[in-house]
Amino acid sequence: MIRFLFKGLLRDRNRSLLPILVVTAGVTLTVFLHCYITGILGDMIEFSAKYTSGHVKIMTRAYAENKNQVPNDLALLEVNDLISNLQKDYPTMEFVQRINFGGLLDSPDENGETKKQGIVAGIAVDLISENSKEIDRINIRKSLRKGRLPEEPNEVLISDEFADKLEVEPGGTVTLITSTMYGGMSIQNFTIAGTIEFGVQMMDRSGMIADISGIQNAMDMNNVCGEILGFLDSPNYDDIKAMNVENTFNDKYSDPNDEFSPVMTRLKNDSIMSGYFDYVDSFVGIIVTVFILAMSIVLWNTGLIGGLRRYGEVGVRLAIGEEKGHIYRSMIYEAILIGIVGSFLGTLVGLGFSYWLQEAGINVGDIMKNSKMMMPSVFRAHITTPAYYIGFIPGLFSVTLGTMLSGIGIYKRKTAQLFKELET
Amino acid sequence: MEQNSIVTISGLIKRFPIGKGHFTALNGIDLTFSKGQFAGVVGPSGSGKTTLLNIIGSLDNPTEGKANVLGQEIGNLSTKKAALLRRKHLGFIFQTYNLLPVYTVFENVEFPLLLLNMSGSERKKAVMDSLDWVGIADKVKSRPAQLSGGECQRVAIARAMVKKPELVLADEPTANLDSENSHHILQTMENLNKDLQTTFIFATHDDKVIKYLKRKILLEDGKVTADDIITN
Repeated sequence: MIRFLFKGLLRDRNRSLLPILVVTAGVTLTVFLHCYITGILGDMIEFSAKYTSGHVKIMTRAYAENKNQVPNDLALLEVNDLISNLQKDYPTMEFVQRINFGGLLDSPDENGETKKQGIVAGIAVDLISENSKEIDRINIRKSLRKGRLPEEPNEVLISDEFADKLEVEPGGTVTLITSTMYGGMSIQNFTIAGTIEFGVQMMDRSGMIADISGIQNAMDMNNVCGEILGFLDSPNYDDIKAMNVENTFNDKYSDPNDEFSPVMTRLKNDSIMSGYFDYVDSFVGIIVTVFILAMSIVLWNTGLIGGLRRYGEVGVRLAIGEEKGHIYRSMIYEAILIGIVGSFLGTLVGLGFSYWLQEAGINVGDIMKNSKMMMPSVFRAHITTPAYYIGFIPGLFSVTLGTMLSGIGIYKRKTAQLFKELET
Repeated sequence: MEQNSIVTISGLIKRFPIGKGHFTALNGIDLTFSKGQFAGVVGPSGSGKTTLLNIIGSLDNPTEGKANVLGQEIGNLSTKKAALLRRKHLGFIFQTYNLLPVYTVFENVEFPLLLLNMSGSERKKAVMDSLDWVGIADKVKSRPAQLSGGECQRVAIARAMVKKPELVLADEPTANLDSENSHHILQTMENLNKDLQTTFIFATHDDKVIKYLKRKILLEDGKVTADDIITN
């Protein structure tokens, strides 16, 4: 009997191939959307991690309390030793020094007089060490518009837009006017190695990227930095891992009574990012739930239509003497089989598309060039564990539920009525 | 119940609810069918023929009165027992054949036997015998879509007869067939009636069928207005 019904299922494409295609398409969309949304929102977190917060960030307690003011006078001291210890404590992680700074950037004319001047928002990273990954991490190579990458501590990159405003070209000189960490005035000449464009207006308007050793020298911050950013070995932020690192570090190194002792904050607890994490969680949850519900309704209908269009067949089978329960159960088993096959195929295809988007990404740099939001210019999907099973919710449960509901008609309708429908 | 009778109907009333009222499809039917009869319930559309056949076939229940089929009281049967009665003892032939389109001729005829849990070899023999009776054994691998209307109805008859039921209920079996095919079908059923002593009850208003009947029951407005044994 099972073989007989299975044969019918395979031969009747309206009962097998078509529903499987619909389920596959629905599940593909569900899986892909889940990975896409997770990826985009995760990218924005990762973007923020790379530029400003790391997966974990170490500052002095005093600096952390006033970090919006970028108080370099409260910076971390003896950072080389600290980083050396951190690498021993957390060998799979990478720790890098960062200094955020502000000031005036002066562009002199041929007589050394001010030609143009602008407020600069700068970030100092390790650009010239042999093993530094900072250039790739913050995507400098791809953002370069003119000139080349800095090779000396006194060479800097400024945004292309800012360079136009200051009327300087690569090879030209600019003067950074800022303060040392001890409050003294600092005036330091830098050579423009190149210009960059991040596609993020906030950074493009007045951004400057300098090598950390050049800025440490200019701001009298030798062996000192504002922040140490730590990056986990996983490509995406893992809050549980980060929390473990945060707890063990603070237990070992942080002293609540010493405002200059280092304190670690993980990305999720970063003041800017904490709300965003909640937003991401809610957003992913809402969007995916709405989509799953929508797909569930579509696939539920597939189950319903599949069940309803077989009322004629049901009538024949009843007339021949098959029991209602047997017919009902066989329809549900068919729906489960179709749901499993469709969900499996849909998950496979959805993961395939997602993997492609995870690796290749979609470059929206041109679209986002006027955006004032700080967000990545390449959108990528991100395959997470739920992607492997989330498609089975609409794919399996909805089709089965739809068939079960439509099948209730077999019980609700009197046999003679089903028989009558058979004749129409 | 009369001796040798396989269907006994007494005081049968069937009402269908319509809005706040009801429609009486059968109004006090008293009938008995004996084993081996080749009988027909004839009458115009809406006279209650199909309703009567549905009740005899345990597809519907009487509102009042009794319908005893093969010793079982239809009104008292659970859905499981009604299914069992149909599965073992009754065969149905429909106006529109109602073959399962994705299955071959062989598989369509085999289906009732699968429900009876017969072995593969028993099924094969029974199916081929049945197809031989209706003269369509050469089409075992064809699908219904590849057959003519007459051939489809032969397959439907083979499906109804394959389990050798005591009673076959045929609702307008020739309505979709031309004259020649109708006669072939009716001759086939007549032969089966003679050879296997299977009781046939038709619901029809087709003159071609009426000519073959050995008993003609005229149903008008839910009542039996004539019940004639035809002897020729």
